[in-house]
Amino acid sequence: MRITRFLLTRIAGMIGVLLLVSLATFLIFYLLPADPARAECGKLCLPGELTQVRAFMGLNEPVWRQYLNFLGGIFTGRTYGAGANAIVCAAPCLGYSFQQNTTVLSLIGQTLPVTASIAVGAAVLWLVAGVLAGVVSALRRGRALDRAVMAVAIVGVSAPSYLVGLLAILLFGFKLNILPDSGYVPLQQNPGQWAFHLILPWCVLAFISAAIYARLTRSQMLDALGEDYVRTARAKGLREASVVGKHALRNVMIPVITIFGLDFGSLLGGAVITEKVFSMYGLGALLIGAVESTDLSVISGVTLLAAVFVIVANFLVDVVYKLLDPRVLRTPVMHIG
Amino acid sequence: MTGAAVVVFFALLAAFAPQLSGITGNDPYTYHLNLLAGSGVPNGAFGGISASHWLGVEPQTGRDLFAIVAYGAQISLLVGVGATVLATLIGTVLGVTAGYSGGLVDTLLSRFTDLTIAFPQLIFMIALVSLVPASFPKQYFMIAVIGVFGWPSVARVVRGQTKVLRNRSFVVAARAVGASPVHVLFTEILPNLASTITVIATMSIPGAIGTEAALSFLGIGVPPPTPSWGREISSAIAWVSVDPWYLAAPGLALFLVTLALNAFGDGLRDALDPRMTGRRQR
Repeated sequence: MRITRFLLTRIAGMIGVLLLVSLATFLIFYLLPADPARAECGKLCLPGELTQVRAFMGLNEPVWRQYLNFLGGIFTGRTYGAGANAIVCAAPCLGYSFQQNTTVLSLIGQTLPVTASIAVGAAVLWLVAGVLAGVVSALRRGRALDRAVMAVAIVGVSAPSYLVGLLAILLFGFKLNILPDSGYVPLQQNPGQWAFHLILPWCVLAFISAAIYARLTRSQMLDALGEDYVRTARAKGLREASVVGKHALRNVMIPVITIFGLDFGSLLGGAVITEKVFSMYGLGALLIGAVESTDLSVISGVTLLAAVFVIVANFLVDVVYKLLDPRVLRTPVMHIG
Repeated sequence: MTGAAVVVFFALLAAFAPQLSGITGNDPYTYHLNLLAGSGVPNGAFGGISASHWLGVEPQTGRDLFAIVAYGAQISLLVGVGATVLATLIGTVLGVTAGYSGGLVDTLLSRFTDLTIAFPQLIFMIALVSLVPASFPKQYFMIAVIGVFGWPSVARVVRGQTKVLRNRSFVVAARAVGASPVHVLFTEILPNLASTITVIATMSIPGAIGTEAALSFLGIGVPPPTPSWGREISSAIAWVSVDPWYLAAPGLALFLVTLALNAFGDGLRDALDPRMTGRRQR
């Protein structure tokens, strides 16, 4: 009962935030100085043509109508213009790129698999490696292993991903010549080559992010090990592995999962830098291209999608969080001081 | 303390960039095509390092890399510190307001903080760049954008600390004798927040510097020919197989300054505020 109510309020909250974000995205990208109609019409644009283009793109309507059209397009699709020249953008319509003559959704469809491939592999690697390193470090606090892990971690926190990426390309791609330095092979085309081409981006991203997770896990684990419930578990005579692995880790994972949701969600919205370093055409590269050509419908579509990923990831984190936290389902959450 | 020394070194490098690169008679804009082989790669070992070009020269143009790195430090530190100051100001105001008022104001502000933290920031910054007129100075735009997205971590920590302070006996006592909220805020609360704010601001700078470099790396930071570490690293991609030393100078500079600030921030936190476990700016 309580879990149903929790899920329902969270879903309602998520929909509210999604609406807010879509409104913000719309306002930022449709109402600020850049004029999509002018961008579409080109430099040598006659005033009459501009009006036509504006009407065709639906920009001649009042602001609130434009937003409703934009929102309606997502659910029911929309049609630009009328008659023989009309362009139909089927639901869910995130906009139409008049520069690339295709729907924003199809552009996203082409690029999202690339970004998702990068993000999923890297996320699994960094979560496992980061948490493991953090736990080991906490258990060996102050010893050589702890110091070594934390030294590597602060390097990972400080080194920008593109720098690590370029060094990795230099070492494994050019000097040792054992891994491909760029390019993307679709999964359905050749799974082996897909993974082979992704090893470097995965490892580079994982190295950068694992460092943050290792530091967080270590400090959380050190806090947890000093808590009463850990002492109780030990006093009950539980094995150390069970004390650390079950009782302490469960609490350590709560903040780790919170940040993981944010990180993974925002990475899905475009691994901008990694894509550039490894010359992969994902969502981030699509966005950069759109910024360079002022393709506003693509920019707003990708941005909105990126925000949606983060919001949905946050929602999932909230759900996992409740499942992980043994206190949550029994007592209401208390906010103390 | 090594961290602090490195930070001071880079601050001096930025402040005296014209004088320091002037020692060898260089500036970051002059081409030295005579130092390049036909392919555009610098002559000589280690990317053309010589007595007059301490870090070698840039491939293709032959511009002095030491001057580029020194002038690039100006942009990096300006944006890094500027954005952090802005983020700290916004974060402190909102954090104190939320923590001190409590109730509905607190709930709304906290939700707003969560929402801002949840935004895919780099994506939004990139998207916003497309809307800025080319004539507007990019360094100030970056300060504004990075600052506007950077405040939530400050606000969260400040809010938490304010809530704790609000119930401490000396604050309760001040209120009981009739001190106005303004008086309580400025003489009781803010002085006690100072060390926390200093720590979190210091820890935010490397993140802001990294974001500036990332935007420049993506080609949407300060426009050329203004030197910028991120853009140099980005140009180094094309040369990494034939002139890897070109990557070394701007890459090491960015890495060292970030590492030093992180180490300095960690040290400062341990010294001033051992209990603080705020989320790091990344």
